[in-house]
Amino acid sequence: MLSEGSSFMKGMALGGIFCLLLSLLGSFTPGMQSSPEDQHQHHHHHIKAPTNDELQSLSEPQMVELSQKVRVYCVIMVQPKVLVYWATAKDTWGKHCDQAVFYSSESAKALEAVDLNEQDEWAKLHKALTHAYDNSGDLRWFFVARPTTFAIIENLKYLVLAKDPNEPFYIGHTVKSGELEYVEYESGIVLSYEALRRLVNVFKDAEKCPERGRSLWKLSEEKQLAICLKYTGVFAENGEDTQGKGLFNSKSVGSLIEDGMSKNSLDVVEGCCSDLAITFSGMSPNQMQVMMFGVYRLRPYGHNFHDSLIFLPPEGSDND
Amino acid sequence: MKGLSASRFCFYLGFVVGTLSLYLFLRQLWFERSMELPVLGGVHGSSVAAVAEERQASVERAALINLNVPHHTGEDSRVADELYRKVRILCWVMTGPSNLQTKARHVKATWSRHCNVVVFMSSVDDPDFPTVGLGTGEGRDQLYWKTIRAFHYALEHHGNEADWFLKADDDTFVVVDNLRWVLSNHTPEEPLYFGKRFKPYAKQGYMSGGAGYVLSKEALRRFVEGFKTKVCTHTTSVEDLALGQCLEKMGVLAMDSRDTWQRETFHPFVPEHHLTGKFSKSFWYWNYCYYPIVEGPQCCSDLAVSFHYVDAELMYTLEYWTYHLRAYGYRYRYRPPLPQGLVERLAQSERATVGSAGRGTIPAGIIVVGGGDQSKMEAVSYKGAARESQIPMDNNRTAVTQERQQ
Repeated sequence: MLSEGSSFMKGMALGGIFCLLLSLLGSFTPGMQSSPEDQHQHHHHHIKAPTNDELQSLSEPQMVELSQKVRVYCVIMVQPKVLVYWATAKDTWGKHCDQAVFYSSESAKALEAVDLNEQDEWAKLHKALTHAYDNSGDLRWFFVARPTTFAIIENLKYLVLAKDPNEPFYIGHTVKSGELEYVEYESGIVLSYEALRRLVNVFKDAEKCPERGRSLWKLSEEKQLAICLKYTGVFAENGEDTQGKGLFNSKSVGSLIEDGMSKNSLDVVEGCCSDLAITFSGMSPNQMQVMMFGVYRLRPYGHNFHDSLIFLPPEGSDND
Repeated sequence: MKGLSASRFCFYLGFVVGTLSLYLFLRQLWFERSMELPVLGGVHGSSVAAVAEERQASVERAALINLNVPHHTGEDSRVADELYRKVRILCWVMTGPSNLQTKARHVKATWSRHCNVVVFMSSVDDPDFPTVGLGTGEGRDQLYWKTIRAFHYALEHHGNEADWFLKADDDTFVVVDNLRWVLSNHTPEEPLYFGKRFKPYAKQGYMSGGAGYVLSKEALRRFVEGFKTKVCTHTTSVEDLALGQCLEKMGVLAMDSRDTWQRETFHPFVPEHHLTGKFSKSFWYWNYCYYPIVEGPQCCSDLAVSFHYVDAELMYTLEYWTYHLRAYGYRYRYRPPLPQGLVERLAQSERATVGSAGRGTIPAGIIVVGGGDQSKMEAVSYKGAARESQIPMDNNRTAVTQERQQ
């Protein structure tokens, strides 16, 4: 009896040790702790707009403070060749940035811009972002886009409302290319102050982040940006609404609707895009003027939203 | 031998028990650890449930009649719901058998869902779509015949279900909620008609057919009466002009449907054309418009009612722009006053329901802030002790409930 009992105990002890060893060595789920970096990446992979739940936990004075604190510096990369888009961006969505600065490849008499005196795309971005960082004043969020993109800055502010700009954020529509996850340029790139600070820092390291793309293997500027940021520990995150719909679009509303129609979806409008979408792209200048009407004016009477922030219309404008 | 096997057996049993119990123990530990992860992960789980809950709650709060159009989370549609009850609109859409799948189908999937009643009028009956057959032919020369019969049908079959009767084409897009706003300060017992007003050929002008027009119940009664007494007959196939002339004979008034800033609400072309197009001076439009044409952004009211020549893709795009896409927190420039009848009714219902809705402050009374067209938004500042919960008076006159401070 005793011998059996002791055998049993010995067996149990050995079994326990066996299990422990197994969990420590193999990829055994119960005990496995993933590395801190992986964990961080998994939970930061998708950035969602705050839900009403999160917002109501903030008191009203906090709301006002945040409303005024979330201010966006728009970095708009233009070319004199396509003047009409430049003028349109200035006359439409650019007015809703707290500061909209145009960065041009070369100087143009017609419109005011920072002359980068540069033709290489990555070098332009490099210089523009450095300039933006140096001139940001007290603005803590940066939106980088070309004037062919249309942005709704209020919805961008809503997305990053509860995020701390002293934390690194690199947000947009993410695309995976092999091991690299980068934010698509066409649908706009959002950077927090900290992310930009780290970027400007790593610019000093020509090995990690060259000013000019290596001539043999030239990467697109959006990928180059992602690589440089990755060196500083900043990873791309996909901007989504509370239902998981993407907020950054590289197509126009019409194009997305067309996609829905050709798929014969049951609800073309529901399946199109988010109510609080931030960007669309691929529209003509006239279509952008129509977007201003669609976003900032056209609405059905009698439907009200008790939003937790107030954004006032810009001065001296009549298309919004 | 027996002893050995028994002992061995116990050993193996113990081994298995030991492994299993430690496995369960470690699993529990890992599970607990994962619950302590940063706010992002935790909130995600609870927020999804919260969103679903809120949607349920908002559905229950608003006494929904129009269940075809789901209300959005966090949307307060009390004013729109009240107008739905008070300003009942029958929409009839002029279409034909060859257009059902290419045009009428998209009207059915978008704006017509917001009408109190919708009827698709065709030359032939189609029980599947469904459409009503008017017993006419198809083609431009049949337009006035179809119109006459459609209005007769509407009065006869649905006269009690609506107060206002809208005619639209299958390439017209209508924002029905905005039409209710235009009509809200008028009574259907008066003989009135609204639309995009044109001036030639009729003393008081007539309304463009493509941009859609609306008759009050009394106006519709007089139209039908006109045909009964032969005061009105089928004069021409130019449907909108002929109708306008008949209504003029029957004493129906052509009304001004512009908003309080004198901007047009019914539009005979697509938004892009009105907002960005330049009409050449020789274009007929210049001589037809009853009111002065405004080019550029002020061509069109924020509370636009209709557009014409809208293709399928634009139908869905307009539905998305109107009912879905918005700029969070944006305070509109144009914030017209609430229709008179509604202020008192909403205040009554607000007294009853506030406390469960809004930010949870107990109202001491209801104060309508601001006067005239644009109220001072200072009232909605969050500074100071007064806690304010907004009653939706459509972005302008905000009825502010103030917490008793003493």
